[in-house]
Parts: sequence; C-alpha cells; structure tokens
Amino acid sequence: MRLQIVWIAALLFVAALATNRAQGRAGQYTQADVEAGYSLYNTNCITCHGANGDSVSGVNLRGGQFRRVSTDAELNRLFQTGIPGTAMPPGKFGTADLAALVAYIRSMRDFDTRPAKGDAVRGQTLFEGKAGCMGCHRVNGKGSRVAPDLSDVGAVRSPDAIERAMVDSSSSMLPINRSIRAVTRGGKIITGRRLNEDTYSVQIIDSEQRLQSLVKADLREYTVLKTSTMPSFKNTLSPAELDDVVTYLRTLKGSR
Amino acid sequence: MKFVKRHLLLAMLLLCPLFPILYAQITSEHLLHASDQPQNWLTYSGSYASQRYSLLRQVTPTNVKTLEQKWIFQAESLEKFETTPLVVDGIMYITQAPSDVVALDAKTGRVFWIYRHLVSTDARPCCGSVNHGLAILGDTLFLATLDAHLVALDAKGGRPLWNIKVANASAGYAMTLAPLVIKDKVIVGVAGGEFGIRGFVAAFDVHSGREMWRTYTVPGPGEPGHESWQGNAWEHGGGPVWLTGSYDPDLNLTYWGTGNPGPDWNPAQRPGDNLYSDSVLALDADTGKLKWYFQFTPNDPYDYDSVQIPVLVDAAWNGAPRKLMMLANRNGFFYVLDRTNGQFLAGHPFVKVNWASGLDAKGRPIQTPQPEGAPTFPGVQGGTNWYSPSYSPRTGLFYVSAWEDYASVFVKEAQTFEEGRRFVGGRPASPIPGGQNVPGASRRPPINVWTEAAGHGAVIAIDPRTGEKKWKFPMTDTTDSGILTTATDLLFAGGREGYFQALDARNGALLWKATLGGPIVAGPMTYQADGKQYIAIAAGHSLFAFALRE
Repeated sequence: MRLQIVWIAALLFVAALATNRAQGRAGQYTQADVEAGYSLYNTNCITCHGANGDSVSGVNLRGGQFRRVSTDAELNRLFQTGIPGTAMPPGKFGTADLAALVAYIRSMRDFDTRPAKGDAVRGQTLFEGKAGCMGCHRVNGKGSRVAPDLSDVGAVRSPDAIERAMVDSSSSMLPINRSIRAVTRGGKIITGRRLNEDTYSVQIIDSEQRLQSLVKADLREYTVLKTSTMPSFKNTLSPAELDDVVTYLRTLKGSR
Repeated sequence: MKFVKRHLLLAMLLLCPLFPILYAQITSEHLLHASDQPQNWLTYSGSYASQRYSLLRQVTPTNVKTLEQKWIFQAESLEKFETTPLVVDGIMYITQAPSDVVALDAKTGRVFWIYRHLVSTDARPCCGSVNHGLAILGDTLFLATLDAHLVALDAKGGRPLWNIKVANASAGYAMTLAPLVIKDKVIVGVAGGEFGIRGFVAAFDVHSGREMWRTYTVPGPGEPGHESWQGNAWEHGGGPVWLTGSYDPDLNLTYWGTGNPGPDWNPAQRPGDNLYSDSVLALDADTGKLKWYFQFTPNDPYDYDSVQIPVLVDAAWNGAPRKLMMLANRNGFFYVLDRTNGQFLAGHPFVKVNWASGLDAKGRPIQTPQPEGAPTFPGVQGGTNWYSPSYSPRTGLFYVSAWEDYASVFVKEAQTFEEGRRFVGGRPASPIPGGQNVPGASRRPPINVWTEAAGHGAVIAIDPRTGEKKWKFPMTDTTDSGILTTATDLLFAGGREGYFQALDARNGALLWKATLGGPIVAGPMTYQADGKQYIAIAAGHSLFAFALRE
C-alpha cells in the first residue's frame, strides 16, 4: 500500500495557528500578524521561495530552522539586509511588516488549522497494523522505502491533503513521486518510484528498495505511470478510522 | 566603401597572428563588423545584429564528438552565473555575480585581474544578484552594476576610469544587462519592473560618462503614447529594459525590448495599453529619439516582458530583400517585423498559447483571458524569456529555447505603490496543487521536481517565413540557456539539467554532450586563440571552455 500525498495551496496557511517553539523568539504570534505576513510573503517572498517555502535549493522555510539565523530578531534583521552574495535581496519593511513576516514564516509548518477529529494513538496502531501502511511507507526509520517517507508529513501536508491522498491518491500525488515502468533491451522489467529525472536518465528506488539510475537510451520502454499504486482506504477503513490515521499523520513533524 | 572596409578587415584578420597589436584596440569600426573577426567575441550577442552566429569553422558536425574540456573558471559566487564572455585577442572578460569583472587568459582560464564592485546595500534586484556581461571599446570595458551604476574600467589593469550613478537603487532600479557601445556612446537600460520604476534607455559618453540622452519607456504628460495611461499610473508604469539591444548602422537605429507594466499582475490598476511596456523600441542611436515602436502585449496581466533580444536579419521576404527583425516573445508568439518602420509582417505561436486566440493584421493580440483560477499558457516565465536566441544565415532558421506545455494560474490583487517596495499586484501560482509555481533557475535543487505534468524545455528551430517548426530538441527539465550557431551548422545549447549539447542546426540531431553539473543559465559563445576554436559556457558556478582534442 502506498500513501501519496499532495502539497496544498498556501491559502490554508492564512488561518494557521502560530506556536512558539524556540528560545529567544517572541511570544505567541497573533492571527492578525500571521495573516498580514501571508500577504507580505505573497508579494515579497513567493517568487523565489514558492508557496511552500521550499523552492530555494537547500532552504526550507517550513523547517523551523534556518542556516544563518535562529531568533526572531535575527530573522527580522535578515529581511532588511538580505544575504549579500546570494539572490536574497534587502527589503524595505516597517516594524509592523517585519513582525508580520516573522509570524507568518514561523507559522508555515503548522497546518493544524482545525481541531483533530480522531485519535492519534489509535491512528498509529491502524497505520502500523490493519491499514498496512508500513508495507510501503516509512516513519522515523521503520517501514518500507518503496513509497515516500512520511516522517515529516504533518509539517508539509495539510490534513485535507492527507485525507484526500488516502481516498484518491492518483488525483493528489505530486508528479515527481509517480511510479515508472522500464523494460531493458534484454527484456528485464523494472518498476519503482521516481526520485529524479532528466532528458537522458531517471533515478528511482525500485520495488526491492534499491537505488537505480537508468539510462533511457538503454531502455526498450520507459513509462511514467499516471495512476498511483496506492489503494483507496475509502471502503477499507471506516470514516472514524480514517480520521484516526489522519490525526496520527498530522503529529509527524520530522526530526529537528 | 563598405565593401572595401570589409575586405580590409578580412585581410587584417588573416594577418592577425603576425600583427596581434593591430587588434589591441577595439574601435567602433571593429564593432560594426564584429562578425568578420570571429576569433573575438566583441558584444554580448556577438554582433550588432545579435544573431549569436559565428563564422568559425574548426569545430564541425564530424569532429564535434572530440570536443573536450580545456579549462574551468570557478566564480567566487553562489549566485546564478549568467555571463556571456567577451574575448579580445586571447583575453577573456567576464562578469561574476553580483557585479565583479574578471580578465582571464582565454587559453588557460588563468586570471589577470579582478575588479570587485561593492554593491550598495540599497540594491533591490527582483530576481537575483546577477550580471550578463560587458561591453568594450578601445581599452575600456563597461560594466552595468546591480546598484544601477555604470562603470568604465581599464581593460589592461582592471582599474575604474569613471563610475556614475544611472538611477536610484533604493527605488528599485537595478542593472544586470551587458551595455552596448555604439560609436562614442555606451547604452544601458534599467531593471526594476517589480518595483514600479519608470523604465528608460540611456546613453553615456564613453570617455567621461556624461549622460548624452535618456529615453523613457513610459511617456510623460504631453508626450505621444501618454494617452495609453490613466491618472498617475504612468509614474509607476514599469517598462524596464533589462537585456542588451541591437543596432542597425545603416539606419542608425538601436532596438531595445521593454518589460512589463507595473504592477505586474493587476491591469485594473493601469487601464489602457500602457505604452511602451512589452514593446520593442527603435531609437536614433545619436539622440535616443523614438523612431517607431511595436507593442506585443497591450495592458499585460501576465508579466510577459518583451526584453528578448531583437535579432536583425537581412533576407528576402515575399521575394524582395528586406530589413527584418525577428523576436521570439515571452508571450509565446514569434514575430517578424520590418525594422525600418516597425511594420508587422508575421506572427505565429511557437508554444501552446491560450491568452490570445491569435494576432490581427497589425500584430495586435486578440486577447482571450482565461477564467479565474484556470491555467494560462504560457505561464509566467513565458514561452521563452531572456535567454539569447540564435539565427543562422546558412540554415535560414531562428532557434529559441522554449518552455512547452507550461502554464500559470494568475492571481490579481490591488496594491498601493510605495517607493522601494515590490509593486506586483498579485502573483502567479502553479496549476498543479502543491507544485512549484515560479521555478527560478537557481531555486532548483539538484533533484528535478519539475515534471512532465508541469511542462518541459526544448530547443525549437523556426522557419521565419512560415512560423513552422522545422525541428525540436525536447528536454525533460526546462531551460534558461542561450543558443549559439556556427558556420559549420552546429548549434550549442544547454538547460537546467546541466547538460551542454551540440546539435546539428539543420535537423536537431544530438551530436555531442557534456555534463557540467549545474544549471546552464547563460549563453554560449565561441572564439579562437592560437589557432584553436573554443566554445565557452557558464554552468552552475563555473565557466567551462571546450576545444577539440589534439
């Protein structure tokens, strides 16, 4: 079984609840600041950083940790000075704008906009047991690598997106995660999940959890499958059980 | 007289190895005939006609397989490396981000000197602290800086001769383009279309830096074209000029493409055609006076900058010789204009287009805005963008790096102008839920998450007479690579995947490729030193030079 989950539009962030997570940061961010920050982010930051905060190579604004700064005051300063020698330009912001931007960026990883509908403990039991998710997925070092690792899925996917993926994964999977089917010149069939691709080659993790790099010119056939191999849980789990699994997955925020 | 000059130059070229001193000084006469001395690369686009086509013939479709890397220069920057080198008599001049100049030995890549321009902290580039290259005249190099200064440098020693402020960086003006020298003037334009600037092209005296003329791309009150604006929208109307223009010496016209109106995505804030945004301008090279204009995307809601390099071609059109301009536009159409007067001759889409159903008899688009939330083709990065195209007089084909089957969902928002702050009026989003929306070149990790669902890159060969695609070289990822063609029917181009390829310009067949390990976000060029032809290209954070195996 596979769980393929989609990124959800940044609009969901608007109502995101903010939390205080680290020493040296300001207190609770206000909803008004988060919303104002969302608007400022869309005007000033989204072109490079993307709606998900991860479009700059090696930078994930949702990660909660930054390479050059840690406190809100430092973040504040960085917005104004930019990072010389990189594409990060200085910005002209007032005090209120800076507070809002900090509030929004600190809140980006919190998708939990509504109270959980299920029970995380029961969800974990289902995930590891009856639902059989770990036959394909991995969480914190346990489970298969055939499908995407879900250790941080709660930080990168909204509850709605998680639920949609469990019911109809083909319509919601990110295209990069699609399965591929290749046939070598010798007739050997290779299937796996796509990790990377260019004009001449494709990198996959195959059904035996081996990393393989295939040269397209050496293949007789190469197909990117548009249909997910993950089953729908619409009929195999009850609505309450689905809620439990979603609630469990929401708790997975990755290692810090 | 022109015939005599050309032959004199050819004779000098043949004698060049014996008298290298002859070429120590690049005169304006040399610039007029830059293509005739293919051992050098004297302007950003290789010549005033901007064909990025070289007469060098050492590397051929037969021997190109033996191209090998001769040297690498690693830039002291992690920014996108967008430079096209100049080469003069075996000396290469490049820029490295943000606004440094490096002189190096074109045979070995060893550095003679580095000029480091300390960029003001006021600089507010929209899209990267990049630079595209230099201009040269005599022993003087000209650098346009990120903080909107124009600097003249001694080409031998790398010391500044003069440094003048062209515009106010804190108001969002920036320069990333390579200047263009015409006669005794050095000409630049300004970036800043995301900051509500008022764009302009300006010319400066090569000796003193004194401003000789300035032509605004957004006409003020009382000037022709001002009626295409309402209220004071023109004051922040954009129309940046962030790529190098072309020049026709016979007409004494210099051609510059202009960028988006401001704010980018909310045309409701600027009703009207918004002249001269998204246009090509023909300016008198001596006075800057506007001779004619052609607007590609009136009242643009998509950020379809029209700064693409205007490629000048003298060829038969409907049986009669004609002075043509060819331009593959970010809006997805390929245009042919008469460059004497701006008359529209032909226009055809070269990628999927749904924002317009076509062009009318005068070339004006018949706009078909998509419903709110629906994808618009091409997306915000365009069917093509700033990457240099090429035209080969041998094949008669126009070559462009294109993004195919690529769309954005445009979101409009009202925005108040405030000097020095981004003034964009909305944003583009990905039509794929959670997909990357605006994949800027340096934002791509080594893992390509841009997939078949989002579109793909390609080199497209267009027959200008019909708009027909003669061939296509598709890539999996997108491409921001310029294109070089040669007199041996070779075409060089790369892409974000980091491959640098040689194709057969006649049919698109892959003849050779190298893996350079970083995205190619620059234009290839070629030169000859000590009898050996080199091909140079920046990729990732390095510049690579290739030549045939000995």
